[in-house]
Amino acid sequence: MLAIYVVLDGYDFGAGIVHLFFAKKEKDKKAITNAIGPFWDANEVWLIASGGVLFFAFPTLYASSFSGFYLPLIMILWLLIFRAIGLELRGQIHNRLWEAVWDKAFGIASFLLALFFGIALGNVVRGVNLGMVENGVSAHEAHYFFLPLWNPTFSPTAEHLGIIDWFTILLGLVGVVILTIHGANWIIYKTNSDLNNTLRTVIFRLNFVLLALVVLSLVVWHVIAPKPFHNFIETPWLWIFPILTLIGLFGLFLIRTFKKDGTGFIFSSLFILGGFASTAASIFPKLLPSTNTVNPSLTVYNVAADEYGLSVGINWFIFAVILLIAYIFIQYRVFKGKMDNIGYGEH
Amino acid sequence: MEDMLFYDRMQFAFTITFHYLFPQLTMGLSLIIVYFKWKFLRTRIDHYNDAAKFWMRIFALNFAMGVVTGIPMEFQFGTNWAKFSELTGGIIGQTLAMEGMFSFFLESSFLGLFLFGEKLLGHKLHFVTGFLVFLGSWASGFLIIATHSWMQHPVGYEILSNGKFVLNNFSALFTNPWLLPSYLHNQLASLVTASFVMASIGAFYILNDKHSSFGKLFVKTGVIFGLISSVLVAFPTGDWAAKNVVEHQPVTFAAMEGLFETQDGGSEIVLIGQPNVVDKKLDNKIAVPNVLSFLTYQKWDAEIRGLNEFEPENYPTNIPGLYYAYHIMVGLGTLFIGIMALGAFQLWRKKLYSTKWILWSLLFFLPFPYIANTTGWYTAELGRQPWLVYNLMRTSEGISPTVSSGNTLFTLLGFIGLYLLLGMLFLILVGKIINKGPVTAEA
Repeated sequence: MLAIYVVLDGYDFGAGIVHLFFAKKEKDKKAITNAIGPFWDANEVWLIASGGVLFFAFPTLYASSFSGFYLPLIMILWLLIFRAIGLELRGQIHNRLWEAVWDKAFGIASFLLALFFGIALGNVVRGVNLGMVENGVSAHEAHYFFLPLWNPTFSPTAEHLGIIDWFTILLGLVGVVILTIHGANWIIYKTNSDLNNTLRTVIFRLNFVLLALVVLSLVVWHVIAPKPFHNFIETPWLWIFPILTLIGLFGLFLIRTFKKDGTGFIFSSLFILGGFASTAASIFPKLLPSTNTVNPSLTVYNVAADEYGLSVGINWFIFAVILLIAYIFIQYRVFKGKMDNIGYGEH
Repeated sequence: MEDMLFYDRMQFAFTITFHYLFPQLTMGLSLIIVYFKWKFLRTRIDHYNDAAKFWMRIFALNFAMGVVTGIPMEFQFGTNWAKFSELTGGIIGQTLAMEGMFSFFLESSFLGLFLFGEKLLGHKLHFVTGFLVFLGSWASGFLIIATHSWMQHPVGYEILSNGKFVLNNFSALFTNPWLLPSYLHNQLASLVTASFVMASIGAFYILNDKHSSFGKLFVKTGVIFGLISSVLVAFPTGDWAAKNVVEHQPVTFAAMEGLFETQDGGSEIVLIGQPNVVDKKLDNKIAVPNVLSFLTYQKWDAEIRGLNEFEPENYPTNIPGLYYAYHIMVGLGTLFIGIMALGAFQLWRKKLYSTKWILWSLLFFLPFPYIANTTGWYTAELGRQPWLVYNLMRTSEGISPTVSSGNTLFTLLGFIGLYLLLGMLFLILVGKIINKGPVTAEA
């Protein structure tokens, strides 16, 4: 679910970044807000729903990670609020300064959110000091921790870790680049704006950056997390996820040759979903690795809710997903095709 | 540790109070919008459709505010109340996740269609999307109150040796005796807010002599819905909810009513007075003998247990706060019935639109249902203290063990600043919509 959230709200963030860096003319900005306007809040519901499902299925993980990542999570909330008001408010009053302020709020918040989500992924891969062990003794219960925003050395291998270090920043950049590509793909898919050709070139060029960043982070990953490929060697069918990721990545190089405007979006979605699945496959069954030897990592087995609760949950969950697919089908069917003229935000 | 608990509670109280300013309008308003849309389908008079579209704009703005201020609520369970989440997540996580999966997806998917899809869908389908938005928002309220009811009156659980609460009966969560009265009481209270807002804005248009035909429709609709809902919110639902408190949380009831001592031969009802917790009495009290016993048990001499019969460690943490919250809610609720009854009487005599003082009263009553709704929630939540899960888990046991009070104060201040900005922007925008007024369909 979280992966779907990133694919969906990811294009919102990406569109925001495109808006920040590439949309100079009023017409282009309009095109972007029209392309994401009717979708963003439904996309954000995925975040709430993912949080809720995490809450009931893995209460211990929810408690541990939400309190441990306290500061970045609250800041993500603030950024989401800024983004939303930026997007919704800019069209309400026609005044150059008013529009400029909310454009920047929307764009910058989108950029930071993309960065934060990459950083978050980096934190999960790197692991945290569960139980806050110092000199071999846990200062708290085995599954609790707290991370400051950064430590003085910005090192992912330091004794006192921080949220932001050079490894997580690296993944943050991957987040920004792929979501920019993803957002640009969405705009191409959903509009006929003059921007589309520029965006194809942007995607093409950014893709080289993405490739370089991915290679670099894989190398670093190898150093930081022990045996990242262990699961893949044990269970060869898992290779399908990295392969999908690579198909997504290389497919994007062909962006300028695609006949249909939606094809690029499919490839960037593939990259995101594949990347997520590969990461999960790599650390499985861990959900949040421990960096010390005293306390065990949080795994799907030791943080799950009780069996009865899970079995009831899965029933209503399947039912809800069926309904959800129906809604999405209806929604995308009514708003199919290009959306240049819906006049979003101009009530 | 004390500091930490204080800041955690302040942050939750502040963010939930601000958040609930929005859903309390949208839940009630969605019902009235569906009513307008239904009237339009039956009569095909454009006036109703235009009215529905006007209120949809206000609805959409409030809905967006509700969404952005709602996400922090869910997050805070994990960030600030980690121990509580860990121990009870297997139960309250169910209802909260269901809210996300069932109601939010329903609401947000169809709100987009309702707002932008009128031309694409045609009127009948457009009505259906409106109805689904209404359904989603009321389902959302239901699941939140199911969660709330479990904390007030835990059911269907089992406590393991490691302290974890696990679910052993899913359907018990929805047959909880606390749930139905609280839910109906809350939804009707939401309808009271929506009715007053509608009547207030209608009165504004009539008094302003601008959009008067819409003004009349809004005042009329607001007064009719308002009278029905403000009566029903008091009786039977408010009465029913109070009887739940008497039965399951007698110490809370004693504190709500300012009843320090059990009174022989029946308890008086306190109208005014200031709780003096040190001397265990009410200062400057005005009370009517025996009425409380009658209201509670329909017997003038029934015994109601006062605070003196309970252990002080189980007293609600903030007795004066609880007492005031409850009395403000009840006092305002009584006024609402009065003003709406007068309005309805004048409406029946066909004199409402020219009775200036009633229109002015309706106009200025706008903030009060918000206050009544908020203090109603304070009554429920302060009444549950010092428990997080009633009689099973204390509030102090639920906080995050690793988050320091400095960090919580930091984020609390951040929320205060951000929400002040948000509140100002909201007022500017809603003012703009109201000032522009409903747009008549082009002939």
